[in-house]
Amino acid sequence: MSERNGGMKRGEVLLEVTDLRTHFRGEEGVAKAVDGVSFKLLSGETLGVVGESGCGKSVTAMSIMQLVPQPPGFIAGGSIRFAGRDLLSMSIDEFRRIRGNEIAMIFQEPMTALNPVYRVGEQIAEAVRLHQGLDREASRARAIEMLDLVKIPSPEKRVDDYPHQMSGGMRQRVMIAMAMSCGPSLLIADEPTTALDVTVQAQILDLIRGLQQETGMSVLLITHDLGVVAEVSDHVAVMYAGKVVEYAAVADLFAQPRHPYTIGLLKSLPDLAAPGERLHTIPGTVPSAFHFPSGCRFRTRCPLASAECAEREPPLDELPDVGGHSVACHHLKEAEAL
Amino acid sequence: MWAYILRRLLYNIPVYLGIIALLMVALRVNDPVWGFLGKNADQEAYEVKKHAMGLDRPFHEQYIGFLGELATFDFERESWTQQGRTVGDLVADSIGPSLAITVPAMALTTLVALVIAILSAYTRGRLPDKFMMVSAVLGMSISFLVYIIFGQYWGAYVLNDRLGTEVFAIQGYESGLANWKHYCLLPVLISTIVAVGYDTRFYRAVMVEETNRDYIVTARAKGAGKGRIMFVHMLKNAMIPIVTRVMITMPFLVMGSLLLEVYFNIPGMGRALYKAISENDFPVTEVLVALFAGVFILTVILTDVIYALVDPRVRLQ
Repeated sequence: MSERNGGMKRGEVLLEVTDLRTHFRGEEGVAKAVDGVSFKLLSGETLGVVGESGCGKSVTAMSIMQLVPQPPGFIAGGSIRFAGRDLLSMSIDEFRRIRGNEIAMIFQEPMTALNPVYRVGEQIAEAVRLHQGLDREASRARAIEMLDLVKIPSPEKRVDDYPHQMSGGMRQRVMIAMAMSCGPSLLIADEPTTALDVTVQAQILDLIRGLQQETGMSVLLITHDLGVVAEVSDHVAVMYAGKVVEYAAVADLFAQPRHPYTIGLLKSLPDLAAPGERLHTIPGTVPSAFHFPSGCRFRTRCPLASAECAEREPPLDELPDVGGHSVACHHLKEAEAL
Repeated sequence: MWAYILRRLLYNIPVYLGIIALLMVALRVNDPVWGFLGKNADQEAYEVKKHAMGLDRPFHEQYIGFLGELATFDFERESWTQQGRTVGDLVADSIGPSLAITVPAMALTTLVALVIAILSAYTRGRLPDKFMMVSAVLGMSISFLVYIIFGQYWGAYVLNDRLGTEVFAIQGYESGLANWKHYCLLPVLISTIVAVGYDTRFYRAVMVEETNRDYIVTARAKGAGKGRIMFVHMLKNAMIPIVTRVMITMPFLVMGSLLLEVYFNIPGMGRALYKAISENDFPVTEVLVALFAGVFILTVILTDVIYALVDPRVRLQ
């Protein structure tokens, strides 16, 4: 496996998403699924993107991979820079050489993500053949090597299995093998453990982390699971209603969350030290992407909402006291008391 | 796999026995001899005919006798309307002309329909797709007879007249590869045009459904191009419905296209059955219907075997 970090040292910006807007035309109008998302992902690091269902985290990932179905989806604005190149201004043929090669992606549903009528080895080999022009034999050898890398036992036998002959955890390993086969510098993992058993989840996360340490790739981890984020991320972006509301180093975020939404989320976690307590909830539900509230989109569910919140959208500004910690809220002072 | 096929064949023997019993009863409800001779025939002629056919024997004897004929493929009964020809001769002579039309027609229809369907799914919702789908519906909405009549008029009569030589025969049939274009190409083209609209719409729906599957996103994420996704990833997944569709038409390959054969005067199985029924030719009708049922059963078994070949998830047991 070739090691490649887009020619970057650890700590440089590998992926920079600026004011990304991905909208969908629907019968009710335009759904602003992603509406001004900005974040940076450093080389060799893991960025966790968390948020509720429908907050736009998956659409953000799909936008980076340019897998958003068009129509009805379209990129309404913003830029995505990867290793110094602007992905959105590339032609689709140019981008296809990056997709699956320098940026790879794994998905939530390992049960359906593999093509049911081809052997898993062929599916891994396909990526290698597409991007590195290896012949049938060499790509098969690579597929076996990759299956071994993702710790599938007796890979030289398993390479000829069909997906339906494997368990969900195995299939997710195959997906990871496929993603890793060309030595990507960025791995996008969209809820990679959501559909798996808890024990298998830990194995898959360990596997991804191990591969990251070996290869120095960056990982963009999309999840709704704060526990997963705390465990594997370096930085965290909290998304709500198509926007990033808080961005921080993982230790800062969990030590002192600043946005009322993040605070609410963390409070909602069950406390193992005090079992039997009623769980905290955030009242209300995520607003429809067709009709977001004016101003701050969280104000309809926020305990601190004021007139200002309805009028003016809070910008995602870096805190003066903590470097690299950005929050989009008008009431930072009051939030500290929550 | 062979054990599976053998078992399926054995399971279907009772089914076939039942079909034959029903067929024989159905053909005897109205006395076939009276039907053929007409109500003014004299009693003596009736008795002679009935005895010659063995129709005066008890039903179970006739049943066992017919099963024997079917099992040995030995149809020595003489046709009632074509003197001197046995049913066996008739089948042997008719099957070639039928296949000469139906096999190329089915192959061409499937190929054309698949290509149009894939192109249509590829450009889904855009102008080429809309154009192809409107054409398909238009093509489907016109009666088969209109295609035959205008095909014969414009495609054969007017064309030959304009060019001064006979390009296509208006009707008729001669065996032999050299004569194929002259007699068979026009009917093949007509039946392709008729069928292609239905098939295209069906295959397009199948392909469009496949485009929404998760593995397509995976293939795109891998960097596969659209052509590769369509023809490598989707087509193989779409094979089950495609095979089903193609196999349904299989029995008609052998039995021929009734309308085409009648209008183009092609001496195939379809025309033979049509004539036999309309002229009360009892022995021919009985044998052809029985054969058709057999072909149908074999097709269903063959379809299941092909499923297993195209989809690794299907296991024959």
